[in-house]
Amino acid sequence: MSNPCLLSSSIGKKFLMSITGLFFVLFLAFHATMNAVHIFSPEDYNAICKFLGANWYALVGTAVIALGFIIHIAYATILTIQNRKARGTDRYDSEVRPASVEWASKNMFALGVIVFLGLGLHLYMFWSKMQLAEIMGTVDAIGAPADGSAFIMYWFSKPWVVVVYMVWLVAIWFHLTHGFWSAFQTMGWNNKTWMSRLRCLSDIIATIICVAFAAVVIAAFCMSL
Amino acid sequence: MEVQNLNLTLKVWRQKGPKEQGHFETYSLQNISPNSSFLEMMDVLNEQLINEGKEPVAFDHDCREGICGMCSMYINGEAHGPDDHVTTCQLHMRKFKDGDTITVEPWRSAGFPVIKDLIVDRSAFDKIMQAGGFVSVNTGGVPDGNAIPIPKPNADEAMDAASCIGCGACVATCKNGSAMLFVSAKVSQLALLPQGKVEAARRAKAMVAKMDELGFGNCTNTGACEAECPKGVSITNIARLNREFLCAKFAD
Repeated sequence: MSNPCLLSSSIGKKFLMSITGLFFVLFLAFHATMNAVHIFSPEDYNAICKFLGANWYALVGTAVIALGFIIHIAYATILTIQNRKARGTDRYDSEVRPASVEWASKNMFALGVIVFLGLGLHLYMFWSKMQLAEIMGTVDAIGAPADGSAFIMYWFSKPWVVVVYMVWLVAIWFHLTHGFWSAFQTMGWNNKTWMSRLRCLSDIIATIICVAFAAVVIAAFCMSL
Repeated sequence: MEVQNLNLTLKVWRQKGPKEQGHFETYSLQNISPNSSFLEMMDVLNEQLINEGKEPVAFDHDCREGICGMCSMYINGEAHGPDDHVTTCQLHMRKFKDGDTITVEPWRSAGFPVIKDLIVDRSAFDKIMQAGGFVSVNTGGVPDGNAIPIPKPNADEAMDAASCIGCGACVATCKNGSAMLFVSAKVSQLALLPQGKVEAARRAKAMVAKMDELGFGNCTNTGACEAECPKGVSITNIARLNREFLCAKFAD
């Protein structure tokens, strides 16, 4: 029997989506923890920014995250195109979504697009003025590259930025509530006992991460008033 | 108790052949007993059409007791209609109200092309089964019933998976036209038992490869298949298929 490589199979591609997805959950958990420090002590937050900066370990981390994003997005696009093709050209006239089907699970690609657009804005607002600025040796008018707190206070004093970030975080929350347990399911790490546990854990993890991010934004906005 | 018969409007998908352009046609039906099954209602419609000298609606059906998996139909936006854990032949007209308009469509998926009206070609499932959905055994004498001990939970789970009747509601319901619930049931019913374990790795790889080759979509774990499955086959079988497949691939 022929033995095509893992990535040519449907399950192989989804396995890659799961691995990269779970990696992002870890990254987000780290990022949210780091941000939460800003609520309590902007000085300590800046110390973390300085520690990371454009040091080699932070650059390696950034490169790995960027690669992960490219893989996750590329395979999401490939799988979505295949799925639309498999659905056929004729669509149902009427369709009912069963109560047990999460809304997020049917809209992962659309949510992913929102997350991606938000990411573009986020990279412009922070990354390009911090890590990238440090690499390029430039200094933004808002603050020095390691002065993360200055950027937080500058951007989140603007109500439109706060609103955009809230929408972004809601999209991330929906994406995570389905993505987390779904990754375990795709890796085959699920059964009758763990199904409800993993789904519950998904909601908890997504909520903790998104609330932590949102708290930083709201706290900064309140401080700016 | 007196039962009130139903007057209904049916919006049925009509398509002359696989390459023809299909369309909806609307029919009025009077005096349908709420105790009749959906297929019996379709029989009444066809009788009416024949009497009017029109072409009857082509639809699949066979045993009419919920075990053969032949009857399909996407009724009011749900595979097998608005009832849980039933096939279309088990769906009763009492689920509808007098004056209702009922939309009847064929399974829609690239893997199941329409043959005529509400009949679709589900032979892709046969091809997936031929790729590995079996055990290769030497048929000798009848073995003793208890010669191979099987734990009760495994036997139960294998039986649950084996309840899949291959109707294709999972593919029809899935937004991705994925056949993962069907394939996972067919892999699980054998992988859980000692007789099937021997060829489990080869089976998982061969059936998934065939499923991909036939153009079924990729599972995104929405669980819609499980919700619409007339036999309630669980998506935990999909986790098992993923496990079997990935372990087999990594062992290569």
